[in-house]
Amino acid sequence: MISETRTVACAQALDTLSRLKAEGYNLLVDLTALDYSVYGKRPASMGWEQNFPSGAPAPRPERFELVYRLASLDPVTGLEAKPRVEVRVSCGEGSSLLSVMSLWPNADWLEREVWDMFGIKFADRPGIKRLLLYEEFVGHPLRKDYPVNKRQPLIGPKSGELAGSPSFNIARQEIPFE
Amino acid sequence: MTRKTYFLNMGPAHPAMHGVVRLILELEGERIINTEVEIGYLHRAFEKHAETETWNNAIPYTDRLNYVSPLINNVGFCLAAEKIAGLTVPERGQYIRVIACEISRVADHLTCIGANAMELGAFTVFLYLMEARELLYRLIDDLCGARVTTDYARIGGVKADLPVGFAEKFRAIAPQIRKLVADSEALLTKNRIFLDRVEGVGVLSREDGLAYGITGPFLRSTGIPYDVRRAHPYLVYDRLDFEIPVGSRGDNLDRYLVRLAEIEQSLRLVEQCFKAMPEGPHSLAAWDMKDAFNFQDMGKNGNTALLPRCLANTCRTLAGAGRDKAPGLLVQDPALVMPPKEETYGSIEGLMNQFERVMWSWGARIPAGEAYHAVEGGNGELGFHIVSDGSDRAYRVRCRPPCLFIMAALPKLLKGSYVADVVATFGSVNMIAGELDR
Repeated sequence: MISETRTVACAQALDTLSRLKAEGYNLLVDLTALDYSVYGKRPASMGWEQNFPSGAPAPRPERFELVYRLASLDPVTGLEAKPRVEVRVSCGEGSSLLSVMSLWPNADWLEREVWDMFGIKFADRPGIKRLLLYEEFVGHPLRKDYPVNKRQPLIGPKSGELAGSPSFNIARQEIPFE
Repeated sequence: MTRKTYFLNMGPAHPAMHGVVRLILELEGERIINTEVEIGYLHRAFEKHAETETWNNAIPYTDRLNYVSPLINNVGFCLAAEKIAGLTVPERGQYIRVIACEISRVADHLTCIGANAMELGAFTVFLYLMEARELLYRLIDDLCGARVTTDYARIGGVKADLPVGFAEKFRAIAPQIRKLVADSEALLTKNRIFLDRVEGVGVLSREDGLAYGITGPFLRSTGIPYDVRRAHPYLVYDRLDFEIPVGSRGDNLDRYLVRLAEIEQSLRLVEQCFKAMPEGPHSLAAWDMKDAFNFQDMGKNGNTALLPRCLANTCRTLAGAGRDKAPGLLVQDPALVMPPKEETYGSIEGLMNQFERVMWSWGARIPAGEAYHAVEGGNGELGFHIVSDGSDRAYRVRCRPPCLFIMAALPKLLKGSYVADVVATFGSVNMIAGELDR
């Protein structure tokens, strides 16, 4: 799958995307976010960084990156005339992003999911609702600082006791191997 | 006279809802004015969970995404991880993956058509198609030891080669499946009761299909022949001959017909694979890799002819201390591939290799990088965007679930139809909650 990557600043995102839409990118294949806050900074246990002579990957300047994946689909042949485009919008905690719902209506749910999972706000959608989680949920679980074993108000014991599922690999994450 | 509307809840637990989803219908009389779709009842944090587990441990979680065709999810996840690592699976492994995917796709379509027909009153069809699916589930059980939680693909290949007599078993059941499907088709396609419920109901236009990012049989029913297997061939699909059935009106009837035609195409694909499949290894050969000491011994004995074809397994007793001396191994990393079970249970070296792969911080490491890979799932383009920072687990896994996009368009499909049409239209969406909510 051939794909070009374009990195865009937060303020120009909507302009770039509407230009691409006008160029014939009629399909918003996916919209998601990535949290780079600990990228390349995860604790190295047993010296795994030695495996990579070029060093650990470089950390990113901004915390989040939104990925808009676009395709231009020809309705007659069902093939894609142009290579796919991956528009990457880097944004921080306080950046004001604009919604692309007017260009692709499916961005509605995808933006709700980005808000739900990462807490990235869209400036022109003040009353945005969570998509997968419930409104009383505290925090945004796909952020890297959200602990895997955290309990939520409506789920789990009232005492707030932590989840003890052996499948979470919590011991592995927190205790370095010695 | 003022018009009065009222609200009706369908779900989250409703007999005509496959899986848990809540539809809040705004009705005027029996007409639907507006729909609100509430999802997330089956959210299991797949994406977060995949970040906390090692690469190979994350594969079983993909079974639970689209649990009607789990083999396709396994393959999709592994292909994305292999794309970052730069691995290519041996040819036989690719054919086996195609066979697994296509068997799963048939099971997926049979379930969808059967359940949809049952909800519209055709219980016999449901029983016929479940019988056909049962034959396939037994085949899948033979293949990977489980009917639903398959966990068959591995990074670098598949869990094991096809069992003995697999092709013969498939050839024996294929006519039975074709007969059951033909019987069901004869019961449904010209059935007045069925046609009245599905023809012209839940119409999706081409423009809406594209605007909502819908893919798969749903988009093909509107007449757009988009199929990931054709548009972006992966595995060996570019060498196989298959047709892409399309509809023209984009209503429930077309979606039923497209799925029915795809069953036949998938069966044909499996038959072609059995004919074209070469002999050879099904996975990247971890067991071909020998310790550097063995090479020394081989060299001393004068056996040098085979040396250029062998890969060395470097010493890891000092926690990877020797590996920086062989950076060329990093891309084609032998540690990515789990040793075959025959080795694990058959020799002490195999058992040690198995432990090395599953021990904390000793297992597979995929070089830092990002990749997006899409496969054609039962419902459309199933994509995995994986980010790796070079450690033993994924940094981020994003799954693009195909039926999320259809569910987002559901209010548009239902608008103006009757309450009874919800059942027919929603059935044709083939919503799989495991994939939708992840």
